[in-house]
Amino acid sequence: MTTATTLVVSTLVLGVGTFAFRFAGPVLRTRITLSPRVERLATMSAVVLLAAVVATATLVDGGEFAGYARPAGVAVGGLLAWKKAPFVVVVLAAGVTAAGLRLLGVP
Amino acid sequence: MRSIFRTLDREVLRDIALVCLTGGIVGVSFGTITVSSGLPLWLPMLLSVVVFAGAAQFVFVGIMASGGNPIAAVVAGLLINTRHVPFGFAVGDVLGTGRARLLVGSHLMIDETVAFALAQRDRQRRRAAYWTCGIGLFCCWNLGVALGAFAGTVVTDTDALGLDAAFPAVLLALVLPSLRETATRRAALTGAAIAVAGAPWLPSGLPVLLALAGVAVSLRAMPANSSENSDGSDSRVVS
Repeated sequence: MTTATTLVVSTLVLGVGTFAFRFAGPVLRTRITLSPRVERLATMSAVVLLAAVVATATLVDGGEFAGYARPAGVAVGGLLAWKKAPFVVVVLAAGVTAAGLRLLGVP
Repeated sequence: MRSIFRTLDREVLRDIALVCLTGGIVGVSFGTITVSSGLPLWLPMLLSVVVFAGAAQFVFVGIMASGGNPIAAVVAGLLINTRHVPFGFAVGDVLGTGRARLLVGSHLMIDETVAFALAQRDRQRRRAAYWTCGIGLFCCWNLGVALGAFAGTVVTDTDALGLDAAFPAVLLALVLPSLRETATRRAALTGAAIAVAGAPWLPSGLPVLLALAGVAVSLRAMPANSSENSDGSDSRVVS
């Protein structure tokens, strides 16, 4: 079993590293002025990353296909969002669809 | 705080509250899973305060619980969190000025806060959404984790509740308006395809980073002076 000290040090290193990643953008932005084009690219990059998080979190779990219930739930939520349904409805529909399909035995 | 609440529509506040609630439930499962896999009671709580990034925390604990190398666990967690660098460039201007705001605001940077900020139409609302979502989620997440760590077997299987589908749906709903723009949509679809294709082969975190190649694809189609946002305030690409 790993010692407590190892766990604390590992946690702190992960925490400090993560903070450095988070801090880099905001602090560099205060020193340099971004051109509108770079500004636009930054926003686009964030949207692309979030879309990639959505896609992988929907389809992949631990390097393998996540099953059908989860993508079905996200698809229902996405469709409702596209049809401008309220956010609450989108989130609940996604969860209920996935949970319901699993109750029915869909993996 | 009061001015933040006045800035945001009641609807946005309700949306943020819902995300905080679901985040809290996932936190409960994180606390439970960590402690029931034999790791000490304090670890999930320390991780949640110090790291505050769900995906990286789950991977870290997963590797540690299976007797893995601590260095591997840290590297895996860091790799997953590298996406915060480009996030910071996109939303860095909504944190506010001053050392304290930069420090605290940076720590609150996660997928949900970035997505909520990007979905608002002007800078004031972006700032309000970022901070409200960040503070709310930080509280709910840590509260949930502590609850799960102490209570043991409250919620071990969030999949049964469909929460694993609710979270991508949250981000999708927030990102959807930005996808109306052709160049962004093309970049996002390309990037998402690259990430999914790489996910079975690459260590977690890397596929999402590779999605940035989608931006390069879209760059060619984008004229150099396509943004008329000269004062840096209201007319962002979003909306």
